[in-house]
Amino acid sequence: MMFIVPLLVILPLGAAFCAVAMAEVSFLKRWTGSLATLAVLANLVLAVLLFGTGDLKLFVGGWGPANTLGIEMVCDGLSKLMAVTINLVSLVSFIFAGPYMRRFTKPWLFDAILLIMIGAMNGVVLAGDLFNLFVFLEVAAIASYALVAFGCEAEELEAAFKYLVLGTVGSAFILMGVTVLYSLTGQLNMAKVHMLLPKAGLGSPAVLLAAAALLSGLALKAAMVPFHAWLPDAHPSAPAPVSAMLSGVLIKASGVYAMARIVFNVLGPTPQYAAILMTLGAASMLIGVLLAVGQWDLKRLLAYHSISQMGYVVLVIGAAAQVAARPSPDMALAGLCLFGGLFHLLNHALFKSLLFLSSGSIEHQTGTRELKKMGGLARRMKVTSFCCRVGALSIAGVPPFNGFFSKLIIIVALVLTGHGVLAALAVFVAFVTLISFVKVQRYALEGPPAGLAAQACEAPALMCAAMVILAVLCVATGLAIVPLREHVFGPAADALLSAGRLVSMGGAP
Amino acid sequence: MGTAIYILAFAVLLIGLYAVVAKKNVIKIIVGLLVFDYAVNLLLVLVGYRSLGSEGWGKPPILAEGQTPAQLAATAVDPLPQAMVLTSIVIGLGLTALMVAMAIRIYERYGTFDTNQIRKLRG
Amino acid sequence: MSQGMTPIVKNTARLVSGFIAVFGIYIALTGHISPGGGFAGGVILAASVVLIVLAFGRETAERIITPSQCHLWDAAGAGLFLAVALVGYFAGGFFVNFITPISKGQVGKLFSGGTILVSNLFILIKVAAGLAGAFLALAAFRRAGLPDGHPKEVC
Repeated sequence: MMFIVPLLVILPLGAAFCAVAMAEVSFLKRWTGSLATLAVLANLVLAVLLFGTGDLKLFVGGWGPANTLGIEMVCDGLSKLMAVTINLVSLVSFIFAGPYMRRFTKPWLFDAILLIMIGAMNGVVLAGDLFNLFVFLEVAAIASYALVAFGCEAEELEAAFKYLVLGTVGSAFILMGVTVLYSLTGQLNMAKVHMLLPKAGLGSPAVLLAAAALLSGLALKAAMVPFHAWLPDAHPSAPAPVSAMLSGVLIKASGVYAMARIVFNVLGPTPQYAAILMTLGAASMLIGVLLAVGQWDLKRLLAYHSISQMGYVVLVIGAAAQVAARPSPDMALAGLCLFGGLFHLLNHALFKSLLFLSSGSIEHQTGTRELKKMGGLARRMKVTSFCCRVGALSIAGVPPFNGFFSKLIIIVALVLTGHGVLAALAVFVAFVTLISFVKVQRYALEGPPAGLAAQACEAPALMCAAMVILAVLCVATGLAIVPLREHVFGPAADALLSAGRLVSMGGAP
Repeated sequence: MGTAIYILAFAVLLIGLYAVVAKKNVIKIIVGLLVFDYAVNLLLVLVGYRSLGSEGWGKPPILAEGQTPAQLAATAVDPLPQAMVLTSIVIGLGLTALMVAMAIRIYERYGTFDTNQIRKLRG
Repeated sequence: MSQGMTPIVKNTARLVSGFIAVFGIYIALTGHISPGGGFAGGVILAASVVLIVLAFGRETAERIITPSQCHLWDAAGAGLFLAVALVGYFAGGFFVNFITPISKGQVGKLFSGGTILVSNLFILIKVAAGLAGAFLALAAFRRAGLPDGHPKEVC
């Protein structure tokens, strides 16, 4: 089983190189999309196969557990959850991208770069040491900069340049944090750093500098307020499958996942880090949704909602850190907080990519993203509008869709940890989310066909199939919450809270 | 000597960050970003340095003829940050190529390198 | 840029670029016994192509290597590197050094260090092809006509 773990990274990368080579041969050029879809499907099957096994640790190159100076790949409960999320959304994006990318001149280049990004994101969630995490983070980020600028129109280039500058500054801060941690402990392995860090003093200025650098770099990757300035320009300007991937998995795998890993498994939860996470989360939640309500561009509205929903996840992860940092921590309560946060992460990946894909389908058929120029799409594009309705109901938190359950668990967890004000804020933000999606429904879907939507017809079959898959999953994850908690989210929350377990399996102290 | 070098590296980092934040020309922003990236690399190399006190500077981590690995481990600087910096420099190279290509395309579309005029996205 | 530079530069480039390429290959192949390695050697090898582009113009350089060939060599180098990683599975694990008789490095000997030599060679091919391809693609931009006059100098 252990040999599957590197394959999750190698399959997309190998398929990317094959796609570049195939593009030079004229009769193979059309098949790069199918090759990419097959590679990601194989990846998804492998990721699901990993669920039965326990924690897997693999030292690359045979640099065995005796000295932990080598590269280590770790696959614990949280990595398995993230791997399945990433590969699932990637598969659906590739299915959608088949017909959508036909209007660009180089679809093989799109397949290659997107495959590199998928391979790098899998590497981020499987990394067991800090520097490997940074390298895969950078590869995924560089691939995403190129993808945002893919259409080479003026707006896309401007958005991609802004995203590039901000993202590079964030990555350099992450590297600075890793540098300081290495200089304090002499190790890069996450478990070993966690063991050796108390000797350097957990409250010492050097550790605080490392934590500040790491948290600000990762908050920029996760688009927390006030580091969010790149997201409202970058996500709408990208082609629709890329928007779904960026909003659906990249800000989670490289932002929220890495933040949770570092705060829980490397630095150890303390009240200060918990306060920082909760402040970032609450600010993002509120400011994201208030800025989203006034938007008239459909994709920009969805991008601002990404900021807000990621604020939910970071807020409740901060609450879990605060509970875990108490002198006598209530592990069940921290587990509940983490369950809410991770469940909302999975749900957001599903419904946000569904919303972005349906907005891409609308744009493909009508040629516009402005809400005021659309109207009455429910009559002309039945499948797209049905999927858009499912996505909007999920994000607004209407039962029995998955968004309702995850938001309910988050609000209950916030009340139980004693943050009544934040729970009320979360309810208010959910209400404003509902308002903004009612606005989307009213302007885009309801009423008689008007404006540019008057002659729109239904999207091609593959695009509809991709959206229907995500819509079915939105309902299914809501209904299957109990078995999911037992098999998926329980081990994931466990992996974050029991940092000591990584150490005991990893290396001799 | 030890602390002054780190302060100098941080000064280079702040110069790079100033260029990213305050300059209005796209090329100058790119140069500032490169300086910032290389300052972090410099910090990473400096972390691995090891001076042998009265016996002089730390030696490069290359095994010479007739030297045993134990002797090398006693006198050489830490090779791990050097491996990390190599990787980081390669990442910076890829980023530079992408940034320059994007700057050329921006010039084709907007006709200027002035960021005050590259502002079609608002709100 | 289409006519290249003065005859002095052209003659010097003609003399020197072959030596630069050989030097790059040397640095890459002795990566396990002296400083350098695949990436540094690849950059130097690509620099010889860049020298030809700067001195003679893009059309002459494309007679030596075209961007399409660069893509092929790029993909081949990367794919072979992945293949080396996967072959290690037969010897015990992922990326394991499977050329066991010479797997420990010895001072000054070229054929030591196992798969390090082979990996360096593939990285040389990939980096050189990638950088040369990127530079040829960038050199394809002409000095396009501006929409409205010359831009103002800004700081």
